[in-house]
Amino acid sequence: MSDHLNLTLKVWRQRNAGTPGKFVEYPAKNIPTDCSFLEMLDIVNETLVQKNEEPIAFDHDCREGICGMCSLVINGVAHGPERATTTCQLHMRHFKDGDTIYVEPWRAMAFPLIKDLVVDRTALDRIQQAGGFISARNGSAPDSNCVPIPKQNADCAMDAAACIGCGACVAACPNSSAMLFVSAKVSHLALLPQGQPERTQRALKMVKTMDAEGFGNCTNYYECEAVCPAEIKSSFISMLNREYVFASAKDAVSVI
Amino acid sequence: MATLDSKIPSGPIEKKWAKHKFESKLINPANRRKYTIIIVGSGLAGASAASSLGEMGYNVKCFCYQDSPRRAHSIAAQGGINAAKNYPNDGDSVQRLFYDTVKGGDFRAREANVYRLAEVSSAIIDQCTALGVPFAREYGGLLANRSFGGAQVSRTFYARGQTGQQLLLGAYSGLCRQIAAGTVTMYPRTEMLDLVVVDGQAKGIVTRDMITGKIEAHAGDTVVLATGGYGNVFYLSTNAKGCNVTATWRAHKKGAFFANPCYTQIHPTCIPVHGDYQSKLTLMSESLRNDGRVWVPKKKEDCGKPPGEIAEEDRDYYLERKYPSFGNLAPRDISSRAAKQVCDEGRGVGSTKLGVYLDFSDAIKRLGENTIRERYGNLFDMYHKITAEDAYKVPMRIFPAVHYTMGGLWVDYNLMSNLPGLHVLGEANFSDHGANRLGASALMQGLADGYFVIPATIGNYLATQSGKKVTTDHPEFVKAVEEVKARTEKFLSIKGNRSVDSFHRELGLLLWEKCGMARTEQSLKEALARIPQIREEFWKNVNVLGESNDLNQSLEMAGRVADFLEFGELMCLDALERRESCGGHFREEYQFPDGEAKRDDEHFAHVAAWEYVGDVAKSVRHTEPLVYENVHLAVRSYK
Repeated sequence: MSDHLNLTLKVWRQRNAGTPGKFVEYPAKNIPTDCSFLEMLDIVNETLVQKNEEPIAFDHDCREGICGMCSLVINGVAHGPERATTTCQLHMRHFKDGDTIYVEPWRAMAFPLIKDLVVDRTALDRIQQAGGFISARNGSAPDSNCVPIPKQNADCAMDAAACIGCGACVAACPNSSAMLFVSAKVSHLALLPQGQPERTQRALKMVKTMDAEGFGNCTNYYECEAVCPAEIKSSFISMLNREYVFASAKDAVSVI
Repeated sequence: MATLDSKIPSGPIEKKWAKHKFESKLINPANRRKYTIIIVGSGLAGASAASSLGEMGYNVKCFCYQDSPRRAHSIAAQGGINAAKNYPNDGDSVQRLFYDTVKGGDFRAREANVYRLAEVSSAIIDQCTALGVPFAREYGGLLANRSFGGAQVSRTFYARGQTGQQLLLGAYSGLCRQIAAGTVTMYPRTEMLDLVVVDGQAKGIVTRDMITGKIEAHAGDTVVLATGGYGNVFYLSTNAKGCNVTATWRAHKKGAFFANPCYTQIHPTCIPVHGDYQSKLTLMSESLRNDGRVWVPKKKEDCGKPPGEIAEEDRDYYLERKYPSFGNLAPRDISSRAAKQVCDEGRGVGSTKLGVYLDFSDAIKRLGENTIRERYGNLFDMYHKITAEDAYKVPMRIFPAVHYTMGGLWVDYNLMSNLPGLHVLGEANFSDHGANRLGASALMQGLADGYFVIPATIGNYLATQSGKKVTTDHPEFVKAVEEVKARTEKFLSIKGNRSVDSFHRELGLLLWEKCGMARTEQSLKEALARIPQIREEFWKNVNVLGESNDLNQSLEMAGRVADFLEFGELMCLDALERRESCGGHFREEYQFPDGEAKRDDEHFAHVAAWEYVGDVAKSVRHTEPLVYENVHLAVRSYK
């Protein structure tokens, strides 16, 4: 039932951060159109093992578009050509027989390369550790219904909270900015009543850590929004900017 | 001879947990930082345990194989989390959630544990809300609920089709706070490869840094495993690619009993297999069965026709027909088996004939496409991405797939294994779901264990360990490190002709055929004869390229597959010895004339806990009788 494709891959291979990398060409033969991009790489890796060549290293885990572990810049686009789609959910039916496909890692100063297509994204964890939480001591929570939350606020918070933390926004941004990622977390918590007590400090600390980790600034290219698999809207960046301005002003006069 | 003491507190069931908490040993807040707790896994159970124990003041080390704790596979749970809040005022209670869970588990779970689970369920929702989890709300601002299989009340809380994601990110945010506070040290991209036992007590682990390949020992006062289930033994499952049995299997080989490994949940609503290149299966949330109707054509000759051309009277809505009171929301094991039956009769749909329809056309007519989109939009999108079909226009095609494993390491009421010092949480333990788990109960159990149970019970062990610290220069640690290093080098030295993946696929296919949705004595004996042969060939003919002191994904997989090749044998052994059908374990020899599972309470109302004695084939089967004082053992009927 499924058709098959013959493709040429140009894959970035790099031993480690200290060794120069390069594109290496591999044929990808007889690839079923119903398989996913990562399954296509599995097939190529299987042929490499048969030839005693070390397989291509790439990050992946859930393969259903939610864990955020997979990455890859495919033909210059983070997560490839389909909108709102992670690489693991990109299927080969979106390619044509005979295509040449360039496969690269996320490239950003704050994401040091580990090997081949695998990069280190722990900078995103450190931003979250700086303040991306509500300090709710376990055991102290009031009944969930004691503070009603208007549906539109809860829905909007959920839109932001849907971020999968993959880092495609950073990979796509000419400035390697992580503003979309940071704005999603700051907005999610700022939109909820539970998030109010730490709202000011959260915005200040997360933005400060983002800068310290070496991410660039936002200059409104909106490339992040275009590649985001979770469809996080760039309007959250506007919200982050407002949060940050108010937080800075409050901080300047010591009103926390 | 080891004995299994479940340590279930005496007294009436509704007072057991309160009594046990009062009688449990406490660790003085000032002394907690002197205790090091090693937690392996950062899913719902691991992350909630790490953040809670860190917050209490313990010194916690948390390990995960992913690049960030936020990626653990709890994140993929879609539909929801149960809690006995009774917000919809439809008759729910702790007692009812308890009863539904025991019945749903086909009367093979431990009553006291299940009651406690139901008892703490409401507090989980409150804790998650406080952490900022954006649960679905009604226009009045209060929390919304929906229905799930095996229940006649609406007790499931949800965040669109991404409930697991939101709960995990909530637990992860709490973990981040503790990492920043310095109470938890996080070790991402670090895989546990062995457990270290000193003087009969679990005192540490051996890990491999997946970037540098460094093999290292970590010592602590207790070890907590929250490493999930073993579904990937089947190769194709809805688990993440990295999910594995290594941590629990290594602990088993060091003395922890493995309980009920034959209990595997085959989820009824997954996207059917479409090719031999396939690397995993994708679940379509059970919540879809709130509005979707399951059917196949009545006549075989209609199976090739487009579904729209099959008249209403020629469709067999078999779940509604067979189980009128639960209908499309019959529990997972029953729905899966019913799908298998209609496909076995030749009435399956799709190119492989291994599929049934899940049809939303009636719901769309009744509620409009927008309401359906709001409820399940992301699931319809996912279905479209994978199959290129629009489920708003044509029915989804679904088929059962391996999803969850009820079996796991044996634990007592404190969630401690028979191996002192080893605690096991979440899917990795065996205790709460019996032979079948109800939908939306895995998230509940993971968080119950991590947020509320282990913080109260871990003191019972730690209080006995004052002044008994061991360090990694102890000979047991040195030996364990050497063994792991030797094993790692062994994989690389074989230089055979087959990839790791090819062995994993072969094992998985064998288990699906012989120990999948239906098992027989003969099929299990065939599997038990074949598995050692595959294992032998693996150790002679596997080809693992690359080096040990580098990121090496083939090497990582080799270790996991080697353990699956041993574990699979134990699973079949357990399935062979359990001569009855119950929940997810269906032995064809034991069924009623209408095809329903036939339990044997006289001989099998017990937990089977296996002891490793140096050879899987010779494993010793211990039993813990299941005593039902509050629930009447009955034939499980959803008719």
